[in-house]
Amino acid sequence: MSGPYGRRVVITGIGVTAPGGVGAKNFWSLLSDGRTATRRISSFDPSPFRSQVAAEVDFDTELLGLGAQEVRRMDRAAQFAVVTAREAVADSGLEFDSLDPHRTGVTIGSAVGATMGLDEEYRTVSDSGRLELVDHEYAVPHLYNYLVPSSFAAEVAWAVGAEGPTTVVSTGCTSGLDAVGYAAELIREGSADVMVAGAADAPISPITVACFDAIKATTSHNDDPQHASRPFDGTRNGFVLGEGSAVFVLEELDSARRRGAHVYAEIAGYATRSNAFHMTGLRPDGREMAEAIRVALDEARLAPQAVDYVNAHGSGTKQNDRHETAAFKRSLGEHAYAVPVSSIKSMVGHSLGAIGSIEIAASALAMENNVVPPTANLHTPDPECDLDYVPLTARDWRTDAVLSVGSGFGGFQSAMVLARPDRRAA
Amino acid sequence: MSASRVRVAVTGLGVVAPNGLGAEAYWAATRKGSSGIGRISRFVPDQYPSQLAGEIEGFEAAEHLPGRLLPQTDRMTQLALVAADWAFEDAAVRPGELPEFEMGVITASSSGGFEFGQRELQALWSQGSRYVSAYQSFAWFYAVNSGQISIRNGMRGPSGVVVSDQAGGLDAVAQARRQIRKGTRLVMSGAVDASICPWGWVAQMASNRLSTNNDPERAYLPFDAAASGHVAGEGGALLVLEELEQARARGAKQIYGEIAGYGSTLDPRPGSGRPSGLRKAVELALADAGATPRDIDVVFADAAAIPELDRIEAAAITEVFGARAVPVTAPKTMTGRLYSGAAPLDLAAAFLAMRDGVIPPSIGVSPAPEHDLDLVVGQERTAAVRSALVIARGHGGFNSAVVVRAAA
Repeated sequence: MSGPYGRRVVITGIGVTAPGGVGAKNFWSLLSDGRTATRRISSFDPSPFRSQVAAEVDFDTELLGLGAQEVRRMDRAAQFAVVTAREAVADSGLEFDSLDPHRTGVTIGSAVGATMGLDEEYRTVSDSGRLELVDHEYAVPHLYNYLVPSSFAAEVAWAVGAEGPTTVVSTGCTSGLDAVGYAAELIREGSADVMVAGAADAPISPITVACFDAIKATTSHNDDPQHASRPFDGTRNGFVLGEGSAVFVLEELDSARRRGAHVYAEIAGYATRSNAFHMTGLRPDGREMAEAIRVALDEARLAPQAVDYVNAHGSGTKQNDRHETAAFKRSLGEHAYAVPVSSIKSMVGHSLGAIGSIEIAASALAMENNVVPPTANLHTPDPECDLDYVPLTARDWRTDAVLSVGSGFGGFQSAMVLARPDRRAA
Repeated sequence: MSASRVRVAVTGLGVVAPNGLGAEAYWAATRKGSSGIGRISRFVPDQYPSQLAGEIEGFEAAEHLPGRLLPQTDRMTQLALVAADWAFEDAAVRPGELPEFEMGVITASSSGGFEFGQRELQALWSQGSRYVSAYQSFAWFYAVNSGQISIRNGMRGPSGVVVSDQAGGLDAVAQARRQIRKGTRLVMSGAVDASICPWGWVAQMASNRLSTNNDPERAYLPFDAAASGHVAGEGGALLVLEELEQARARGAKQIYGEIAGYGSTLDPRPGSGRPSGLRKAVELALADAGATPRDIDVVFADAAAIPELDRIEAAAITEVFGARAVPVTAPKTMTGRLYSGAAPLDLAAAFLAMRDGVIPPSIGVSPAPEHDLDLVVGQERTAAVRSALVIARGHGGFNSAVVVRAAA
């Protein structure tokens, strides 16, 4: 961001742990092939639930280098974060041992923290819900790390040797954008030189599935799990729950250039706004998301016409996809009809707080490859969603600037602009 | 003017504390050394090793909030909504009269709406998935207080939520300051946490930091030779932050002071042999405020009451300020540790200490001679307070520090 502080922030390392794609390379191959990773839930028996599909990560902790004690003390989401951070650090080529640890920080986004660990532990200490006065004798020693998920950020910091500003950012489904935006701001203002920033969530547990069932936010396309996530399609009826993580190494542009680092993209603009309307409902006019987009573009000093690709929130709920389409028209004007817009949630599901970072990874890789990932499963147009959603197949497309957006419970609306650092300002 | 020069003032306080509901009630109790710690009344604690808590008594959400909000909110959110109302009232700001995109809400949370969560987990596992409330999807998560406060008050500007255990309460305020420096006119910030339910209690006990001494006067004794852990509590504070000149221009009825400096570090990985980052966080906060140690008139300590953590904090304070060179206090000995809510409550106490020229006491503590601290114990101390340092540490090694200063 080329804001008031003058320091610009770039992504120099990417790690991704996504359904169907563990590792950034495998993730990008899934997206560019337009394959989907949604399936019938396998981690527990989903038959009592209304929504029985999810996008699960096939996560082999041993293969991915986690120690036995790391596995024991960390919730699945924290495990994702640590593995993914290590990938990002390796990818950056930055020698973390040579950094000032107090100038290196961590922000990890997560919407629901250790919800999986909490669900399991609750079941034990309450003896399957029989005890209201739950039994502490059955609690695992690391239960406190599940209670307060700042443990995720500490684990990542310990894994990479960071001792600077460290926190978890938890703004529901925009957490993954907001955590990276927060980290970029710390570098801009001079509080840190390097940030390991991203997000992780592992929400596929009975309590999460049940609570989304209760408000019919998730899909009931149980008969066709592979094609259940249908953003912008006329037959969409809810999102598909996902899980995963993406983590980045962020650096100040000049120092990245000095060390000859590969620069994926600049975090050129970021903003978040609230709809102050409803904890789960969206106003159809998309006003607050449009405002976040406007401010993010302004910070990036880019005109709407400079946006080459919009990575949509595209959750696949009826209201979201309409809301978002309206927000794009309101903020980008006529350009909304010209620019390719796609939702990778059609392939990797909606991993709540993690997805914002996973979508930043997809956006940066779209710039890297000059390929726009598609919206899978988009066969039936919805007259209320009338933009170019890149149906079914990826598109070769010169991509110098990307707008990535998120929208979530609590009313949070966030927008981030990634751009090549050598772009011309508007 | 460069953004980092923009001065950020606190103009309103909303307090919900175990020893007082409302800023003035809390402050009067705190000055007197009146404690809110007692035996847990919200459930029968007999079977648990730790049986004391700082509970908020006499709070009836229905007296303050519309009925439709009650079934969809956890206790901590009800407390937070009321604290926000009080903070606005104190600042004499009607949020409906300000531009909607120029007001934000940035809070910290430690455990979300855990009591609500226990009820729904119980419904799930004892009755089945169809018995889980439609409100569970948002009533328990960490972002709920920011979301609900923004909705109730029509605040559509930059919002946020941080989780860094007890340090988060200061991290949120620092993030609020950042947003004001970038042009947002007003941010409601701070934190309210509450998880005094059996499930929350068992999870808190797992930290091994809860005192198992069940005598309310002997349970939480930071910097005392008998320190053996803390008492947990519920509550916290929300603060109205505004750009100083704009607050003056609107004729704000009071300016408590400014958020002058902030610093934050994380302790190294356990076993690394490297020192704690607490001292560094304090130094960063002082430097950010452009203050020298001599400018600080009082330190509000984190006061972990774990011998090793007390030693680290006492050492950090004496290394920065000198032995017994600055008064140190821990009014949280009267409330228990309120997780994210603790540090914003200390900020409120620091501003009120400046206003009234008194340092509130730490109660029950006989300072151990090994700590070279000038601990204010037993009774309040009269002192001109122009600047204060608030320290907060979180489980996992989070260290944050904020310098507040009277707005000259």
